[in-house]
Amino acid sequence: MVEAPMTVTRRAARLGLYAILAAVAFIYLMPVWVMLITSLKDVEEIRSGNLLSLPSSLNFDAWVTAWGSACAGSSCEGISSYFWNSFQIVIPAVIISTLLGALNGYVLSFWRFRGSELMFGLLLVGCFIPLQVILLPMARTLAFFGLANSTPGLVLVHVIVGTGFTTMFFRNFYIGLPQELIKAAKLDGAGFFFIFRRVVLPLSTPIIVVTVIWQFTQIWNDFLLGIVYSGAETQPVTVALNNLVNTSFGGKQYNVDMAAALIAALPTLIVYMVAGKYFVKGLTAGAVKG
Amino acid sequence: MNQQTNTAGRSINSAALSPLARLQQALADQLPKLVMAPTFLIIFVCIYGYIGWTFLLSLTKSRILPVWKFVGFEQYEKLFMNDRWMVSLENLVIFSFLFIALCLLIGMVLAVLLDQKIRNEGFIRGIYLYPMAISFIVTGTAWKWLMNPSLGLEKMMHDWGWTSFSFDWLVDPDMVVYTLVIAAVWQSSGFVMALFIAGLRGVDDEMIKAAKLDGASMPTIYRRIILPSLKPVFFSCFVILSHIAIKSFDLVAALTGGGPGYASDLPANFMYAHAFTRGQMGLGAASAMVMLGGVLAILVPYLYSELRGKKHG
Repeated sequence: MVEAPMTVTRRAARLGLYAILAAVAFIYLMPVWVMLITSLKDVEEIRSGNLLSLPSSLNFDAWVTAWGSACAGSSCEGISSYFWNSFQIVIPAVIISTLLGALNGYVLSFWRFRGSELMFGLLLVGCFIPLQVILLPMARTLAFFGLANSTPGLVLVHVIVGTGFTTMFFRNFYIGLPQELIKAAKLDGAGFFFIFRRVVLPLSTPIIVVTVIWQFTQIWNDFLLGIVYSGAETQPVTVALNNLVNTSFGGKQYNVDMAAALIAALPTLIVYMVAGKYFVKGLTAGAVKG
Repeated sequence: MNQQTNTAGRSINSAALSPLARLQQALADQLPKLVMAPTFLIIFVCIYGYIGWTFLLSLTKSRILPVWKFVGFEQYEKLFMNDRWMVSLENLVIFSFLFIALCLLIGMVLAVLLDQKIRNEGFIRGIYLYPMAISFIVTGTAWKWLMNPSLGLEKMMHDWGWTSFSFDWLVDPDMVVYTLVIAAVWQSSGFVMALFIAGLRGVDDEMIKAAKLDGASMPTIYRRIILPSLKPVFFSCFVILSHIAIKSFDLVAALTGGGPGYASDLPANFMYAHAFTRGQMGLGAASAMVMLGGVLAILVPYLYSELRGKKHG
């Protein structure tokens, strides 16, 4: 190394820098840490201790209650069934919107037609409108088709809202692929779906991962569509969590609230920990490209 | 261009084919459009059609159910006479301004600090960004507990010996909007940091080296060369953050419930309450149209400059 040895001031500056970064990390971690230790205390311990005081023992009662018997609204069955509801909404919605996005992106990149660029522009603007402006007509439409308060209805709404984003992801990715590849396949007489399956799809793994993670997080974390279009039986976990926290029979059970919140956050947190790199890519792709 | 040569080539072929084969050929030519048919439906019906529908609703007296009796812009007049709406607008201005400014400031500072060849940079970045993976409902629930007036931060400070410490913003109508800012900044500032880091990595190294050779100090280089070149990132962040701010609904629902009273309502909460729980559909539709106007006022100049930039660049 040719770098000059660190001077004392430089070393002090480095130390200060790390101290600041660590302090900031503490602030970002604190809320979830507090949630975790609160969920492990009993109500008495919560009253006598404070936010950062550790529980005297590992007590998972609040988790059991939150999962199976806490009251959300008028039903007292915990959030487990709503947790599974969320999966029933998320899985089909992610698959359908990702598939649609891939096909749209493929057409918009390699099979352009007159007006296809305009189409893409209209779709992009659609990504950014406030959902409030389509909520009422959508509710009328779902009611008309008998899909009000149903899981298929919610899946449909999430597909409609998400397809703009998935199309944007795939289109921006495909536009970067070598055009010659597709041109050559076309000259060889390969058809639309053949090229898609054999040439384009095998190259799409990175963008599929990004899109699936983005859509999973968006739909799992959704609250607005859930509260407007779900029924008592089909609520996603975010809506149930909010009901649970705002339901108070007798004393407030903060430990149960925190356990329920952590359960609701767990799937997306796990996705983030396992595939954080792709998560960031999705955020920045969705943001910068636009 | 390539698709034109392609269709031309095809039509020559199809002239020599049987009627059945010609039909198949025609179908194959239309295939891309057929594949996009569901998306056409989404765009023209579920986005732009529904916006038109909402606009028409906003011109009617509809309450629980749509009533197609047009009353002009009466609902808009009512809207701007409505104290709850005006409070939500005022809250939106305070919330957006502080939320955007703090996220930009914190995100930018963290990005610059992390850009100093930090050991374990990826790990630290992961800690700053993880709140983005959590829903606003969970964030709201967590901060509602942290800022609990009797058992939260206040009690902790008292236990630690700062007995005069008082923190009851959640129940103070004048301060409650700032609790929304705190929670939202915690959730979204890491995202701004990630965008800025991506931008910093894209800055031309040669320029920095040249400036160093000229004897410029690092702070000067950041101030004069690096940060100015991040203007596009800054701009994107601004658009995305203002978009998050205008749409904010979940956080209010979970953290404050709009209360005390309606002191912490934002426009999205006003819209939901009037359109879906209070049976004031016309008024709700009008508030939604005003929200759309707000988003477009930011979005249209942004898209315009993006498109222009691409054409010339």
